[in-house]
Amino acid sequence: MPDLEPTVATTTKTGGRFFTRFTRQQRYMHAVLFTTFLGLAGTGLPLRFSESIWARGLARGVGGFGAILFFHKLCAVVLTIAFLIHLKEIFTRGIVHREMGVFWGSNSMVANWKDAKDLFGHLRWFVGLGPKPNFDRYAYWEKFDYWAVFWGMIVIGFSGYAMWFAPFFAHFLPGWALNAVLVIHSEEGLLAILFIFSIHFVNTHLRPDSFPMDMVVFTGVESEEEFKLKRPLEYERLKREGKLEGRLGEAPQTWLINFSRVVGTIAIVIGLTLLVLTLTAYFS
Amino acid sequence: MGKAAGVRRILQEPLASRAKMFMRSGILVAGLAGLLLMFAAGRLNAQSECLACHGDQTMQDANGHSIAVDGKTFGESIHGSLQCNDCHTNIKEYPHPEQVAKVECKSCHADEAKGLAGSVHADSAEHPCTSCHGNAHTIFPKADSRSAVYPLNVPKTCGNCHGTEGMAKKHGLASVYPLYVDSIHGFALSNEGLLVAANCQSCHGSHHILSHTNPESPTYKTNIPKTCGSCHAKINDDYEMGIHGKAVAAGNLKAPVCTDCHTAHAILQPTEAAFRMQSTPICGSCHKDQLSTYRDTFHSQLGSLGGYVETARCWDCHGAHQILPASDPRSPINKANLVTTCGKCHAGANLSFVQYQPHANAHDRKLNPALYFVRLFMNVLLIGTLAFFLIHTILWLIRARYNQIKKKSTDGGKDA
Repeated sequence: MPDLEPTVATTTKTGGRFFTRFTRQQRYMHAVLFTTFLGLAGTGLPLRFSESIWARGLARGVGGFGAILFFHKLCAVVLTIAFLIHLKEIFTRGIVHREMGVFWGSNSMVANWKDAKDLFGHLRWFVGLGPKPNFDRYAYWEKFDYWAVFWGMIVIGFSGYAMWFAPFFAHFLPGWALNAVLVIHSEEGLLAILFIFSIHFVNTHLRPDSFPMDMVVFTGVESEEEFKLKRPLEYERLKREGKLEGRLGEAPQTWLINFSRVVGTIAIVIGLTLLVLTLTAYFS
Repeated sequence: MGKAAGVRRILQEPLASRAKMFMRSGILVAGLAGLLLMFAAGRLNAQSECLACHGDQTMQDANGHSIAVDGKTFGESIHGSLQCNDCHTNIKEYPHPEQVAKVECKSCHADEAKGLAGSVHADSAEHPCTSCHGNAHTIFPKADSRSAVYPLNVPKTCGNCHGTEGMAKKHGLASVYPLYVDSIHGFALSNEGLLVAANCQSCHGSHHILSHTNPESPTYKTNIPKTCGSCHAKINDDYEMGIHGKAVAAGNLKAPVCTDCHTAHAILQPTEAAFRMQSTPICGSCHKDQLSTYRDTFHSQLGSLGGYVETARCWDCHGAHQILPASDPRSPINKANLVTTCGKCHAGANLSFVQYQPHANAHDRKLNPALYFVRLFMNVLLIGTLAFFLIHTILWLIRARYNQIKKKSTDGGKDA
């Protein structure tokens, strides 16, 4: 059995130390991402399943399809801007400032051999065939989430803009590609929706260790116990290198926790509702 | 026949022309005049004599039916110049018999009676003339707005029967009046007062109305284009040149005529949202494969949701009446015309753009190989990713919950 389990904090919920995991900009980025994603999903699904009754009801509810398309495009543009800002950030840190940690190492989003070993180790632990792997700053499923969004952004974004500005894209795309972009856009969009609203929700928020939601992406900080439990390798490394104190953050204020709970709950409820609608439409 | 009929005919003429006839004719007239005088001696002549009693508006017969006549209105009506016993023929003197003979309109209106005899309204007991023309004493020429068969009044007159559920029960006929009233024809008639707007008899005729199953009926399937074309001449010309018109002319009764797409009574303005929303399934009721592939496109997905009706419907690309195969150079979907056709909605449409296939089938490997494999790849990606992570995450959930419970039990349930 994993040796870390028993050390898990049965300690008090008050008075403990808090460590920073996400910067303010990263948290805002996540907020923009999930807001626009909910918007895109909510306006895209009625289109994908335009034959279903709820799709028509939803379209009528927001003022007909003209309004739905407008919101879909609006969210798309905002999300595109956020994505470009993120790319610029990577470029500045990685290329301009030569911060190699962006591309390699324990703080990078780039997958490495340990992630593969962690995945298999984790699977073995699920069925009781081995110890629970110790994760570093970003676990393999978190990296997968990141790259799924990254890839999805490019694929869905490109196919979406190709439909939006079809006559322009027709200058350099073959004829069949104009047919393909809809298939790509809707299938990849469906994958993103199903993945986020089921897998990501459970992996990150609804699993017993984080239930009902992981607040770290809202508050930016997590308790020392949580840090030790979820990312033991990073904790130990920082401690070893004497950098742990540098990551100390302030305990989140009550209003922020409450606000985050409300926002997070709304997001999860909307997501689960859309998931149920999608599944009913898909299997009916 | 003979004398009696001749007399009656003369009696029907207005006085002035009667006088003229007397003057023009020689011996015959003299003879007839003699006869006439013989009859006239004992008979009631003036309306005023009858109206002396029947002008009383409260007058009723033994059964309680009103037998009153409004002399003023009758005088203005189309029969106002006739004597009462021109129609009520067995009344010749006062007091008159209790039983009054049935009035036979056909004794004068023989052509109408003949037409009616072979029609769907042939049963005169069920459909007396008055059922359409109204009270026999207040019949006006059809150009008079007081007439029950004045163009603007026709739908209401027919609707007296064809607007009730009783018709459906008795004869299996739909209640069409409400459908007509909301149609573009009904709207033009009732709201704009357009005398030329099609009313019931414009299509069905008036006395000689035949069932639509009768090949002689103007509403028989193959006659419908001509019937509608009597007003919509240009559209009929287009239709006859189109693939549907040719098929119908060649005897293919499966091909649509006007009413198959526009319906017969509930005809809508085609540019109206309601018609745009309902038009595609109508074409699709025959063109099933095309409807199915259309459903997969953005045109359909957008267009299926109410409130956004601009997206291409079948006839936006194929034309509506003069539908021609893509091989025909006049067809809007002929290769040479595609830039123009697509360009109607897609500003900047170019040769490459129009290679888009509005009926591509992503499930057909032979017809659309590229699309087929794109869809296949996306499906494998979708199913593969979800399947792996579903198993992964469900196992994780079970394991994490198991550990949590185990921990709680060692804690004595403190964290429960």
